[in-house]
Amino acid sequence: MMMARSRAGLWLALALALPSSPAPALARSNVVILSTTTSTQDSGLLDVLVPMFERKTGLTVKTISVGTGQALALAARGEADVTLAHAPSVEKKYVEEGKMSNRRLVMYNDFVIIGPPADPAKIRGVPKAVEALKRIAESQSRFVSRGDKSGTHVLEHGLWKQAGVEPKGAWYIESGQGMGQTLGIANDRRAYTLTDRGTYLAFQKRVDLPILVEKDRPLLNIYSVMEVNPANGPRVNAAGGRAFAEFILAPDTQAVIKTFGVDKYGQPLFVPIAGKKDEDL
Amino acid sequence: MSLFGEGLLEALRLLVAGDPEVWQIAWLSLQISATATLLSLLIGVPIGALLALSRFPGRALAVSLVNTGMGLPPVVVGLFVTILLWRNGALGFLELLYTPAAMIAGQLVIAAPIVTGLTLAAVQQVPEAFRLQMLGLGASRIQMIWVLLKEARLPMLAAVMAGFGGVISEVGASMMLGGNIKGSTRVLTTATVLETGKGNFDLAIALSVILLVITFLVNWALSWIQQRRRA
Repeated sequence: MMMARSRAGLWLALALALPSSPAPALARSNVVILSTTTSTQDSGLLDVLVPMFERKTGLTVKTISVGTGQALALAARGEADVTLAHAPSVEKKYVEEGKMSNRRLVMYNDFVIIGPPADPAKIRGVPKAVEALKRIAESQSRFVSRGDKSGTHVLEHGLWKQAGVEPKGAWYIESGQGMGQTLGIANDRRAYTLTDRGTYLAFQKRVDLPILVEKDRPLLNIYSVMEVNPANGPRVNAAGGRAFAEFILAPDTQAVIKTFGVDKYGQPLFVPIAGKKDEDL
Repeated sequence: MSLFGEGLLEALRLLVAGDPEVWQIAWLSLQISATATLLSLLIGVPIGALLALSRFPGRALAVSLVNTGMGLPPVVVGLFVTILLWRNGALGFLELLYTPAAMIAGQLVIAAPIVTGLTLAAVQQVPEAFRLQMLGLGASRIQMIWVLLKEARLPMLAAVMAGFGGVISEVGASMMLGGNIKGSTRVLTTATVLETGKGNFDLAIALSVILLVITFLVNWALSWIQQRRRA
């Protein structure tokens, strides 16, 4: 905290001195910009991992947590050095286009479909998420979507496609906000929604919508780390980005991920899977 | 107990216990917004005074632009300044994005038109006869402007309060330009958004209360300066 404070002070001093010295760019190569999803930040995991990394390497991480869509778009413009995301289909597209490289699996947790206890669409216990969404659409039961190109939204979109449903109409509500706010809206409107289990656990006190559908293979929420192609823009810190990717896959870090959340929720929030491939899951 | 009550208690607990992270966030908010306000005075007061006292073609347009600028949406400022500061952007070589300096720059863009507009109004409300009399008595133009600003100091302090109030409370630009990075660019407003997103509503309320207290204390001090010679 002391260090962080003096660093903030330094930047303030630089800001004040800006008109006379327009070159505060010195020593920025030890800054790594990590673009990532809101769920990793909201879960608190990065608050544990980032200081570990900074202590180990002496590098400073700037974590920009936005939706997966924006996280990848920023990286593709060279505005970040490494990306931790959870939308495999979109990630693979970026890798194919050469914008990102070395995509490796880090961890997973899972998505669940929650909804009002009265369950008007009768989806409780349905094994297949796609079938559950079909029933929600057929009964025109309210469903709240993130609608923000986040990893969660991308997955939801894929499920609707498989269900052969074009979700629109008064029953389909697009919140355009993060998972937490979206859970609040779903709770308020007594609607169904798709959420990652971590955020759901964090909101248990405020949300009384039970889990109705879970443990279907398409509901796996897989996080991958990708390095940013230095050709995406000037000043990409490729070495720093790679260092973070190596760090998050290292056995010590994976061990921390394995137990993260147990103290607060009585169960871990993520399952570490470094070294595995998409096909293994 | 109600959620709001819990939040108030939490605020009290954090303030009394002196939680280092909360203090650091509060102190950073104050530093950034105070710096931005001071810089906006350096820019806004001369321009406002100049606009008030000079007559030139296009002045009406300039005044309307300033008045429009007083209502600049912070999120729009945030977006434009972010694009400028991107590594790929025109000012990318400065490598300022996601630093307090970037947040100050954004807040300066928000506050400067407010200070300019209110200075303009403050100086203009001093009767023209007073100005002419001063010039008649042999005052130089600089001397006259100085006396005018002193004469207009009450509304000028209002300009400071409006500028500071505008920037310490905004969240859009700070979020985009600072990135809400823990220990470095996390300020009270962005921390409140984050904690709300995490479902920590009591902490979010606590941070909001601290923000209100800071804003109140600053305005109280400024109002005290403004009003003390009235009695």
